[in-house]
Formats: sequence, C-alpha cells, structure tokens
Amino acid sequence: MLLLLAVHLAAAVVAPVLVRWMGRKAFWVLALAPASAAAWALSWTSRVQAGNGPVENVEWIPVLGLNLTFRLDTLSWLMTLVVGGVGALVLVYCAAYFKTSAAGLGRFGGVFVAFSGSMLGLVTADDMLLLFTFWELTTVTSYLLIGHYAERKASRRAAMQAIVITTAGGLAMLVGLVLLGESAGTYLLSEVIANPPQGTPAVTVAIVCLLAGAVTKSALIPFHFWLPAAMAAPTPVSAYLHAAAMVKAGVYLVARFAPAYSTDPTWMWIIVVLGCGTLLLGGYRALRQHDLKLILAFGTVSQLGLIVLLVGLGTRATALAGLAMLGAHAMFKAALFLVVGVVDAATGTRDLRRLSGVGRELKLTALAGALATASMIGLPPFAGYVAKEAGLEALGHLDDTTAGMIVLVAVSVGSVLTVAYGLRLWWGAFSTKPAVVPEAVSESTEPGTSIHEAAHDAAEPAPITHPSLLLVWPAMILAVLGLAVALLPALGEHLLAPYADTYPEGEPGHLVLWAGLTPTFVLTLAILLTGALLFVIRERVERWQTAAYRGPEADRVYRRFMRRLDDVAADVTAVTQRGSLPLYLGLILVVFVVAVGGTVLGSTDFPAEVRLWDTPAQAVFAAGVIASALLVTRARRRLKAVILLGIGGYSVAGLFLLHGAPDLALTQVLVETVTLVVFVLVLRRLPPYFSDRPLAASRWVRLALGLAVGVTVAGIALVAPGARMHLPVSTDFAEEAYSFGGGKNIVNVTLVDIRAWDTMGEISVLLVAATGVASLVFLSRRAGAIYRADEARAERAVWGGVPDPMAALRRPGGDSAAVDAGGMVADRDESAVPSSASRGREWLQAGRTLAPQRRSVIFEVIVRLLFHTMIVYSVYLLFSGHNAPGGGFAAGLVTGIALIVRYLAGGRYELGEAAPVQAGLLLGLGLFLSAGVGLLALLAGGEVLQSWIIDIHVPVIGDIHLVTSLFFDLGVYLVVVGLVLDVLRSLGAELDRRAESGEDPVGGDAAGGDIPGDASEQVGATAKPAGWDGGVP
Amino acid sequence: MSPNIVLVVTIGVLFAAGVYLLLERSLSRVLIGVILIGNGANLLFLVAGGAAGRPPIVGTEPEGQMSDPLPQAMVLTAIVITLGMTAFLLALAYRSWQLHRHDEVQDDVEDRRIARLAAVDERAFTDADTEIASDTLDVEAAEARDETDQGAPARETPREVRP
Repeated sequence: MLLLLAVHLAAAVVAPVLVRWMGRKAFWVLALAPASAAAWALSWTSRVQAGNGPVENVEWIPVLGLNLTFRLDTLSWLMTLVVGGVGALVLVYCAAYFKTSAAGLGRFGGVFVAFSGSMLGLVTADDMLLLFTFWELTTVTSYLLIGHYAERKASRRAAMQAIVITTAGGLAMLVGLVLLGESAGTYLLSEVIANPPQGTPAVTVAIVCLLAGAVTKSALIPFHFWLPAAMAAPTPVSAYLHAAAMVKAGVYLVARFAPAYSTDPTWMWIIVVLGCGTLLLGGYRALRQHDLKLILAFGTVSQLGLIVLLVGLGTRATALAGLAMLGAHAMFKAALFLVVGVVDAATGTRDLRRLSGVGRELKLTALAGALATASMIGLPPFAGYVAKEAGLEALGHLDDTTAGMIVLVAVSVGSVLTVAYGLRLWWGAFSTKPAVVPEAVSESTEPGTSIHEAAHDAAEPAPITHPSLLLVWPAMILAVLGLAVALLPALGEHLLAPYADTYPEGEPGHLVLWAGLTPTFVLTLAILLTGALLFVIRERVERWQTAAYRGPEADRVYRRFMRRLDDVAADVTAVTQRGSLPLYLGLILVVFVVAVGGTVLGSTDFPAEVRLWDTPAQAVFAAGVIASALLVTRARRRLKAVILLGIGGYSVAGLFLLHGAPDLALTQVLVETVTLVVFVLVLRRLPPYFSDRPLAASRWVRLALGLAVGVTVAGIALVAPGARMHLPVSTDFAEEAYSFGGGKNIVNVTLVDIRAWDTMGEISVLLVAATGVASLVFLSRRAGAIYRADEARAERAVWGGVPDPMAALRRPGGDSAAVDAGGMVADRDESAVPSSASRGREWLQAGRTLAPQRRSVIFEVIVRLLFHTMIVYSVYLLFSGHNAPGGGFAAGLVTGIALIVRYLAGGRYELGEAAPVQAGLLLGLGLFLSAGVGLLALLAGGEVLQSWIIDIHVPVIGDIHLVTSLFFDLGVYLVVVGLVLDVLRSLGAELDRRAESGEDPVGGDAAGGDIPGDASEQVGATAKPAGWDGGVP
Repeated sequence: MSPNIVLVVTIGVLFAAGVYLLLERSLSRVLIGVILIGNGANLLFLVAGGAAGRPPIVGTEPEGQMSDPLPQAMVLTAIVITLGMTAFLLALAYRSWQLHRHDEVQDDVEDRRIARLAAVDERAFTDADTEIASDTLDVEAAEARDETDQGAPARETPREVRP
C-alpha cells in the first residue's frame, strides 16, 4: 500500500511537468495512478473476502508509537475500488473535458491525484492517527480543488467554507480518536473495533466527537450547506469528491465504527436524527433547483443522509444494504455529474429552464443519464433498486420499533423525493420542452422565474454543440456497471457480507433482484408511483415550495456566525491588546504576584529560623544597594539616575564577593563600568530630565505593584534556600572540572566546558545584540568607517562645535579666528598634515584631532601609560581564568574598557588607531572559534565541545598545561570585545560624527536644561566623561 | 538551610524599585528598572543556590566550604547579557530620539486603531470573500462555468456543411 501511495505522490509531483509536455493528454497518464489502486484491490478480492486481506506495518516514529499501518478488509476494499475506479474514470474524462488552453491544468492534475492518494490512505489506514493525517490531507487537497478558479469570489468562498467546516469537524474527530485510543490503550483501528472501550463518559464524548467529524465531512445537517456551495468546483471535481470520494469519508468513518458503537444510544440517536433530517431536507431542496449541478448536490446531501442512516443503524441487514447503497451511489452519482458536465460543455449552461432538445442531439449522453437516473431513483433492475430494496426490507425488521418506524417513514418519504427530483433532473437536462425561459430571465432566481411561469414560446433554447464522445464513455461505463452489478446481486452479497457480519446484532440481510410480492416491494411500488406523481405535478410543487416558509438558510447562518466571530475577535483584541507597554507589563506582573505569591503564601512553609547575615559586611553593601535603588526611583535627572544605578551595581559586586563568587564580582564591576559609559554616550542626546507624567494616580498604582512584586520575590528568597529536595547537580563539579575540564576555577570550567552549550547560546545573544545596536544606528549598513588618525579632516575637530572659552589663553596670534569659526583645531596647518615627527611627540596618536578645549593632557598621559598594561592584564585574565578568577568574559571586558579609555581620551580617530578592525569581524571570529573548537572535538572523535588536556614540557619556560577549551574562551573574549567595539563605533563614534556634520541637532535642545555642577562632578568621579558632553561648557 | 535576611530584603527592594521604574513610559527609566530587576534576580540566584561560602576554586579552598559554582556560572553570563541588552535598548532610545526627539514608549498605533474601530463596531479590514453577500447559491452556481471544450460547433453549422 505504501508503494501505491508513493505512486500517487510521484504522479502528483510530476503532474505539472507532464501537463506542460503533453497538454491535457497527460490526464491519461495520471489516471494510471488511481487505476492501479483499483486493480490492486481487485487482485486481492478473494483473499479479502476470506478475511485474509493484506496488512502492512512500517515503523514511522517508534518513540511515539506512530506506525504506518495499513489493512485491507471488506470495507476498505470497497472504498478503494470506488476511490480508484471513479478516480481513474474522472481523470480520463478530464482529458477531453477541459479546453486545451484552460489555465492551471497542471496544478489541477497534481492536486487531483494527490487527493486520490490521500483518500486511498484514508480508507486503508489502520492506525487512527494515520487515518486522521490522511483525513486532513483530503481536506486540504479538496480545498485546493474547490478553489480551482481562485480568481472567482464564489470559488474562494466555497473553498474556504468547506475547509473551515471540515477542519473543525476533523479536529473534533482527532479529540475523539485520541480519547478512544487512550481508553483502549491502542491506536490500532482494528484492535479498537475488536475490543471497543465502553460505558465511560470519555467514550460517549469520543463518539460525539467522531460523529462530528463524520457529519461535517459527509455534509449532514446542520453542516450540509458547504456541499452545494462547493459546486463552484469544476464538474470533474464534483463528480469525484462530492459524489464518490471525499463525502464518503464521513460515511466510511461511521461504517468503520458502527460495529463497535451502534448499540450506544448516543450514537443511535445522532445517526437517526441527523440521517433522517438530511435525507428529507436534501430531497426537499433538490426539488426546487434550476441548476442541474445543484439538483445533484442537494440530491447527494439527501443520499448521504440515507447511507449514513443505513450503515450507522447497526444491524447486519442495514449494514449490507448501506454498503451496497454506497457502491451504487458512487456509480450513479458520479455518472450523473459527468453527464451534467457533458451537457454543460455542449450548451454552455446548466440551467434546466434554458435546455431543450439536448436528448435528441446527444443520444448516448441521454442514455447514460437515463441509466444512472434509473439507478438513483431505485428502478428495477438497477443497483440503486437492489440496495434500496434491501434497506427497506432491513428497516422493516428493526428490533427497536419506534426508531424503526421513524426511519422507515423518513426513508420512504426521502425515496419519493428522490424519484421526483431524479425524474426532474433527466427531464430538465434532456427533454424537448415546448417553451424555455429567455436567457435574460435565467440569470435571475427570483420567485416567478421558474420554467412554468416565465417560459416564452419565442425564447430560443441554449444552442447545442457536440463535445468529444470521450466525455460520454466514463459516465456510460459507470451507468452500465450500475446495471451489471444489479444483475448479479448474489455476487455483491457474497463480497460485502464479511463486513456486515462484523456487526454484533441482527439477522444477516440479502441482496436480491426479485424477492416476490413482499410488503417491501409494494412499498417500493408506492414510492415510485408517488414520486412519479410528484414529478408530474412539479409545477404546483414548485409554486408551493416558493410560497412556503423556507426558514433560516444554514449558509446564511454560517456566514453571519463567521461575521460575528470576526467582530468578537476584534472586540477581544480591542480589550486585551491596548497597545500600552506599561499595561501589558503590569498584567504580567499581577499574574506573577497572584500565582507565585499565592503559592508562596498558601502552600509553603516559611523557614523557622533565619540568619541576619553571613558576614556583617553584607549589611554595608546591602545598604548601598538599597539606598541607591531607592534614590534611583526618585531621580528626575537622567545622569543622576545612571550614576546611582552604577553605585548600586558596584555594591552588588561587593555582595557577590562576600558570597564567595569572585568571578561574579569581577565581571559585575567591569560590566557596571561599561554600562555607565554606554549610558552616558546615549544620554548626550536625550533630554537631561525625565519628562513628567501628568497622571499622579498611576504613580501609586505603580508603587503598589512594585511593592507587591518586591514582597513576593522576597518571599521566594525566604523559601527558596530551604526548598531544595535533591542534591545539587554541581556536587561533582569540582572533581569533574579538575579531571575532565583541566581547570581549577570551577565557574570558568562550567562556562567553557561543562555547560559550554549555554555559553555558546549566550555569546550568540551578545552577537545579535551588538549587531542590533549597530543596525539601529547605521540603519542601512552593518558598520561605519574605521577612522584613522591620518584621515582626520582638518576643518572639523572632534567634539568641537561650541566656542572655546579659553581660546584667548591658548596660543597668541592667529588661532582665535579659527576657533571662532566653529571650534576648529587651532593650529590648522600642522594637524592637517601631521608629520611623523610631530606625531611621535604626541601622547596619543590622534589627540590632535580633538578640539583643543576637549583635550586633557593628564588624561592622555594616563591613558598612554595604562592602555598596554590593561591589555596585558586582560590577556592574563584570559589565560589564568581556567584556574583563577577571570576568563574570557572578564578579559574581554577589560580589553573593552581599555578601548573605551582610548576613545574617551582621544576621540574616534584614537579608537580607530587602537582597534583598526571592524567589530563584526571580531564577533564572527569569536563565534566561529567557539563553535569551531566544538566541531574539532567532534572530528577528533569526541563529543561536541569536549575539551582535551595537553601537557607539554618546554625547556626554560617549564610545564605548559594547555586545555583546548582555552580556544573556546578566546572566542568568548573576542565576542565581548566585539560587542564593546560595536557600541563605541556606533553610539560613540557615529554619534560624534553626526553631531559634527549637523545630522543630529545637538546643543540647545539636548543640553539646554543641563545645569553644570553636580552632574559633571559625579561623572568625573567615576568614568571621566566630564567636559566632553555636548552641552557642558 | 536558613535564609539570609539582609539579602532577602535587598532582593525585595531591588525588585520593588525595578518594577516601579519598569512601568514608566520613558525608555531609559524602563531600562534602569530592568537592570535593577536583573541585579535582584542575580542575587536571588545566589541565595537560592545556598549560603555564602569560599570561592569555588579547586585546591585553594576545602571542598566542603565552597559556594555552589553552578548558579555562579549562570549569573555570570546573565550579567554580560544584561550589558548587551542595555546597549541594545539604549540604541533603541537613541533611535526613538532621532525619530521623535524623546524616548517615551508610545501606545501602539495599530492597536489603538483596532480598539477605536471595535468601539464603533466597524471592521478593521474588509474582505469581500467573507462578507454576507446578497448572492444566493443559485446565482453563484450560474456564474460557475468551467473552461470546457465545447467540441463540434453548434448544430446549425454542421447541418449546412455535412450534406
């Protein structure tokens, strides 16, 4: 079966190419796929009949217990024949039906075959989840087929309607299947049916869910309306999907589970009510349609109700009749759709009010139509008659007499309607009418436009052409088959009985052509006569139907419901998505307080004893943290808030140190320093004061929420130390770090070895953050230029732009004019072409590029002296980090700070001299190095990111203890340096350049309110950015 | 194991102050709030990991007195990531200043538009496919025609040609 599915898949994939090569003839080739399925099923006939059908089982996802299990029993055999046989015939029909120039034929062919394959999988799958998979595949492919003419609104809407309804049902079915599978302990369909779980509420729910799937798929009320709307699909699709295949999937599901659950009262009443209701409603509405396809569509709805009723009622006799009806229906309904397609092709219309004389012109088509119609209305000796006769017979002998009577009456009335609309269909399509409705009127469907009222003698009927005879043969084959199988009823009974025997109840039924003058035969005669009478008085029936109250149309109800759903969605969005960040955060925090705080209060034991502190020094640092945090909340000046934040951060570092975490303390101090600088770089642009929030009330809300969260987290902190139930995973870290990781600093070994994957993820985050910063500043580029000292533009000094108050004092003569012109470099000539000699005398190479009032000799000297020391220190941290506090993060931060001081002292040209590389290069190299080390370990036969320890003795130097994770740490180092460099290049250098070039307006508005004094003093105490902030004189 | 009250109080204050700032509209205040909360969370990690101990370095300290290295490793990366996020949010603040000359986080315009339309029961978008059309099934069916091959021309023509 897998092979057959593969054939279908392959055919579907090559279909577009095939159609491009061969045109519509490609459908002949495509027809081979479903034909092979039918042939394969036929070849197994006798063995399936004996109960030895093939079973295939391929493991798919063994961990989940998902297997590709297929089984062919009698029901599957019949369905495979229908799906494959009708599929092949319809594809052959397509080869002549469509214009050679028709659009989208390749896609159509592919989807059609894919649908056929999905259907095949659906009816042969023995695993319930596999069945669901194919079920949804048929939904999707049918969506594509119904919406084939995607440029038409009606097609799109019909397709959307069909997929929404069938998918909703499919999801319900999935719930049912899972409930059943869990109750039964197996997902194998055959085993569930053999030993069905019974009696529990879960099973009842499962039954309802399963039937929801079947009802939506098979277009039973109240979901029947998608099927008539789906007539927007091309006629071959209607013939296949809406007569033989897809709508039968629901029937198949009912038939599959009926042997197990038909005795359940829930099942029974759903089937009876929905089956009878659909049967009657479909027939009633079919009587009144003008469009031939719509007559067939409503007829199909009606017949589906009948078939579901028969297979679902749960006795052997009804089951046999139901299966026979299923086969008969596939033959006559597909044939009728194909015939209507021929009429449509020949006349250009399907409106029976416009057709006249078609039967005389297209005799073979009319014959095929007549044979199929005869089978549909149950005229002997056709398959429809045999099946319906068996059904009526079986219904007459039901044990449950109430239900039996209801069903029998409903089926009789439904059959009368079937006779009436069947005759009307054939009459409408093929008869020669005395008068037809003019073309203009046929576009209207208002009351009073029926053929009886609006017909005109003068009106010309639709012109008739002669389509290819090839179109007739598929319909003819199906119609003749409907006669042929009826002539051998015993064979049918023989073949289908094994399925009926799986039902637990009732006497076995029989399929016979002539059973004598039984009450059932009399009933059949009465049905035929009444139906014929109804056809004869069709004029009056139609008028009466038009006048009668129609009730709400399900289609309208559905559309209104969908519209309401959209409105509700909009309302819900409007309520929940307010677009306010504080509101969202507040909601999240409230949930946090309620859920976590509630748990802390309600279901945990608070520790009996607490310690005040581990060491008294903790209280000192804690006081620093608390004081700075409280002051930060009250700060209205940005810079003040940032400085206070820094103080708090350094105090936290002290707490880390006291807690026994020197690595953390080191990193925290370094990060805090860099953070401070980054803040100040951006604060140059932002207004000096936070804006006031007018709403004072919201402040109290924020305060309350803050306190609530603070108390909750404090509660967690109280409870958490005592909540540990298991040994820490880190108990063995000391041993592992030393023997496997080759290092003594456990934290560092944890980072680069034990939990290296985490670190890898984290440096990736850093890389993304750095890239994000650069992109937000440069917008269309990854990075800006690297400014080298000798490229400095003479007419524009770095950080100039404001008058130099000291200009008069600097150097006598000539300079003041230049400075007045905008803070230019005083000695213009010298700096424009800096000679190597003069550069050699500078403390910093690019110091000259600064505006003179921005230079600080002391700062430059200190930086000159410190820079290399810092670099050496960072290298030391990098290499010693494995055994002592340090490591790649700390080392990278120290290097970053070294770059920062170079930048602060000498401006962006100095930064270019200090680090003449692009940050992106460092970031990429770093990540590559870290990941590369991991992969190298894999190549060397270890696991990803495994470390290797290499001990070498080198004369003079001594023993070298090299661990490969050092390279990983080197990667970390490079990423961190890259991050800092990116920040300096974008938020530092690029912002400087923009201020100088005038792209960013600075000065007045950015620094207008800045009061010199306390701010610059505080800044000077920590990071020395004082004096270069845009507005501070 | 008994908790350390000083640290517990510190954590509580950091979170309270952080949340207070987090709910502000100014992006730099939000960022300061996030950093405060981050500091608090880092401390919480250490507290949850156990009591203070000696630095977790093999050889220099007796093993039993070491503090737990695992939370430390996690916190270490958290600290550095906070730096990356700070830089990113500040770049956002700068961008906001570039565009609007302030760093306030405004309400989402699209969300507000939807709310406004929902209040007056208007649709945020219209899709002809989902409208309750006046077209009935019959009208739509009449319009649905396949691109069929008509075959031989209409009956008048062959009659003239054949004889």
